Amino acid sequence: MADRGPTIPREEAAVWAQDLTRTFGSFIAVDHITFAVAQGEVFGFLGANGAGKTTAIKMLTGLLAPSGGTAHTAGYDVAEQPDEVKRRIGYMSQRFALYDDLTVKENVRFYGGVYGLTDRQIAERMAAMLARLGFERMARERVGRLPLGWKQKLDFSVALLHEPEVVFLDEPTGGVDPVTRRQFWELIYAAAQGGTTVFVTTHYMDEAEYCDRVSIMVAGTIAALGTPAELKAQFAAASIDEVFLRLARPVEEAASS
Amino acid sequence: MSAFRSFVVKETRHILRDRQTLAVLLLMPVAMVLLFGYAIRTDVEDVRVLVVDAARDARSTDLTRALASTHALRLVGVVGGVPQVEPALRAGEADVALLLPSDFARRFARGTAEVLIVSDGANANYAATAESYVRTVVQQWAAQNGGGAPVVRTATRMRFNPTLASQNLFVPGLLAFVLTLVSALMTAISIAKEKETGTMEVLLVSPLRPLQIVVGKVAPYLGLAFVNALTALGVAFVVFGVPVRGSLTLLLVASLVYVLVSLALGVLISSRAPDQRTAMMAALLGLLLPTLALSGFIFPIASMPGWLQPVPNVVPATWYILVVRGIMLKGVGLAVLWKEIAVLCAMAVVLLAAGARSFNDRIE
Amino acid sequence: MRTILFIIRKETLQVLRDRIMLVQIFVPPVLQLLILAQAMTFEVKHTDLALVDLDRSPASERLVERFTASGRFEVAVWTPSGDVADEALLTREASAVLRIPEGFERDLRRGQPPAVQLVLNAEDGAAAGVRQAYAAQILAAFTQAEAAGPIGASMRAATDARPGVAIQTRTLYNPEGAYLAYMAIGLLASLVTLVGILLTSQNIAREKEIGTLEQLNVTPITKRQFIVGKLAPFWVLGLIELTVGLLVIRLVFGIPFAGPVALVYLGAGVYLFAALGLGLLISTAVQTQQQAQFLTFFVLVTFFFLGGIFTPVQSMPGWAQTVAEFNPIKHFAALLRAVLIKGGGFGDVVGGIGAMAAFAVVVLTLALLRYRKTAA
Repeated sequence: MADRGPTIPREEAAVWAQDLTRTFGSFIAVDHITFAVAQGEVFGFLGANGAGKTTAIKMLTGLLAPSGGTAHTAGYDVAEQPDEVKRRIGYMSQRFALYDDLTVKENVRFYGGVYGLTDRQIAERMAAMLARLGFERMARERVGRLPLGWKQKLDFSVALLHEPEVVFLDEPTGGVDPVTRRQFWELIYAAAQGGTTVFVTTHYMDEAEYCDRVSIMVAGTIAALGTPAELKAQFAAASIDEVFLRLARPVEEAASS
Repeated sequence: MSAFRSFVVKETRHILRDRQTLAVLLLMPVAMVLLFGYAIRTDVEDVRVLVVDAARDARSTDLTRALASTHALRLVGVVGGVPQVEPALRAGEADVALLLPSDFARRFARGTAEVLIVSDGANANYAATAESYVRTVVQQWAAQNGGGAPVVRTATRMRFNPTLASQNLFVPGLLAFVLTLVSALMTAISIAKEKETGTMEVLLVSPLRPLQIVVGKVAPYLGLAFVNALTALGVAFVVFGVPVRGSLTLLLVASLVYVLVSLALGVLISSRAPDQRTAMMAALLGLLLPTLALSGFIFPIASMPGWLQPVPNVVPATWYILVVRGIMLKGVGLAVLWKEIAVLCAMAVVLLAAGARSFNDRIE
Repeated sequence: MRTILFIIRKETLQVLRDRIMLVQIFVPPVLQLLILAQAMTFEVKHTDLALVDLDRSPASERLVERFTASGRFEVAVWTPSGDVADEALLTREASAVLRIPEGFERDLRRGQPPAVQLVLNAEDGAAAGVRQAYAAQILAAFTQAEAAGPIGASMRAATDARPGVAIQTRTLYNPEGAYLAYMAIGLLASLVTLVGILLTSQNIAREKEIGTLEQLNVTPITKRQFIVGKLAPFWVLGLIELTVGLLVIRLVFGIPFAGPVALVYLGAGVYLFAALGLGLLISTAVQTQQQAQFLTFFVLVTFFFLGGIFTPVQSMPGWAQTVAEFNPIKHFAALLRAVLIKGGGFGDVVGGIGAMAAFAVVVLTLALLRYRKTAA
């Protein structure tokens, strides 16, 4: 067990976890997960609600202390040096993180400042970002007045503002219409092409097909890991959706009996 | 009806789940009764006296000793010079100073002794009372030593609360305060929260009628408020021996009416407030502060300036406090208190109607 | 340092945008000062008296005259029957009964102290105590006046006593016995506290509830930067609040300030660290705004009542006075009253400032230790 490490060496991985575990009392939310994400990869982190995805992300971003195992993000141990980790990552949580009562510009300036960007860097990156999103006219609008899809795109762009090595996206497309989802994934690809590692959770199985590799979490463990094609071949399934159902069903049946 | 029952069950669960708030709600009355009972006093005791004795003779020393041995006074120092008086009063080291002239004994023998009492008037009542304590000691001492003024003995009797025990005075007000807090504030916030999170819409499209929603919302708080009233009364009775001289039943009935008034006010506020914070502010300013400051709870209504004196009449707590004091301290019943209770009932009817109507208008 | 400035800028923008909060900060305080400061008084202006004068002599009339001439007492019920007077007390027709015994004047002349009876409705205990003090003053003045007149002479002839001690009194700082200044300043202390603690605890609880706090926790902001950046705008708001309150007291109530106002700001500056620190500490213990409000409310009520804002600290039992020494609001209210009413200087308040600073250090340290960027 102990010698079974992630397939990618720690020094080269953007995210690297071995036997990462988190318990809440007697409940094991994340149970000895071991995996690694290569730099520049778009990594899909799938699982049913309650499978432990968010808990795992919180540990990988240094928000939650692990109960056991080790994890390195952007080259730093999340338990030992959470502040070094935080400097190098971006994070978009399930809950919308921008301030509704501040304008687009004010939000961008605030987060830029928090990550230690200079005024010039903030101005340049903000201009580029607004142009890319086509938001120039909205710059002075309060964020609370924007439609949900716009907010999500803005939230994502703010998470990338300080050019992090890894960006964690927790269900970024929840509640968004198909067209916006499509646009959102274009943004994700653009980020990955720029060299940023993207770590994304979703429960839209069609989105999994867009990822370089996916892992499927079931009841706190990683039940499958590979490229979408590999997983479909391994489970003789036509889609990731089918793979998912096969993995999830035995657990649900066990739970209900 | 079963829809209604399940709704009340859900509301009760909400309250029971939030352990922290529940703990605050259940402990607050107990803590406040203990706090008021033990620590909050308006009586003047332990007055700190500074004596400026320019004479230092047998008479002045004797008078100083008389001051020091008086129960309500505490001698903080005897100094020789007048310049020390003001700094001591200003820094709050003494409350009152007694200045004895040089040659005090000889002047006293001749009947021409003059003494000066200087008090710190920042807190006016305290100053007046402290001054009268010192004055009484000086007069009595003078009379005992053969210097006479026509003395009028005053026998003072405090009817209904002979020892002026603070607990007896504060418990009725506290009851009003706690009931307002739990019934009005909690209901207002709880309904506003449901509006803010959008669950109110879900309830409104359910088969429940708006009136049932309101009743279902307030019913658990009615129970909670009653538990609070009983704990507060229980602690007051067991720990401090606060009496209930009149009918306990009448007291509980009046409390129920008052709780209904508060709940109706809570519904009124929440049906108009867009979110929790506004509801909280409105309840705090519109209900809790008046209950605290404009109901005769701490500050006598008789003390308020003329233009302000009619205001307590529209504060429900004023009437409730009169009823509670009447029952607990005076032991009177409906024969004397019918007017106050009638006012409370009228307020309950009007506010419940207004609350239900406002809820219908605003929410639907 | 630069990061702190970004946080301060963001907080300031949010405060300025938040209408509810701005209303919360400025409207209630002014209203409270204007209305409550005048309601919060123990001075009893009017007392309905039931008079039972069984002597009906010139002396008893002079005594009654002194009661009514004081302007504080008015004879509402005039009866020779003690029962009727008692009934008046029960129905609140009168709040006090003055009973002058038969032979009042005769006893005075003979030097046998007559016993006047004063019965007060202690249902409202605070007022009863005050009425008693007023009656005592009136009786003392009556005695002194009678001593100088024919009654005093005949009494001294009867008992061969010397004239007694002439007592003069002087009240410093507030000779009119007004409560307005005392209470308005106490209220001001409580308002600055309310704004400091409630806004801080509510603000952070709100960020927790919305989820933006989690976002801040994945940024490299340090705990110290976060705390300083969060508290700085509220510190300034607290001082603005103080200024508004002082203006109301000075301009609307026309109460002059006896001491240096700069000293008040120095004290408030230190005190606000304590108040804001307490708000921060509360916010680390709660998850929702509702919980923050309740906990704050509970803490505030306790601090106010044990800090002598409404009732004098000197009236409390010994242990409660000791507890009050650890209550920063007690020191702040004492400082405001010492400087503004009594004209105290730095030397008079330096001890209080030290106590507030010590409290601030303790709560801020506790808050710093309790606030976690990484959940355990």
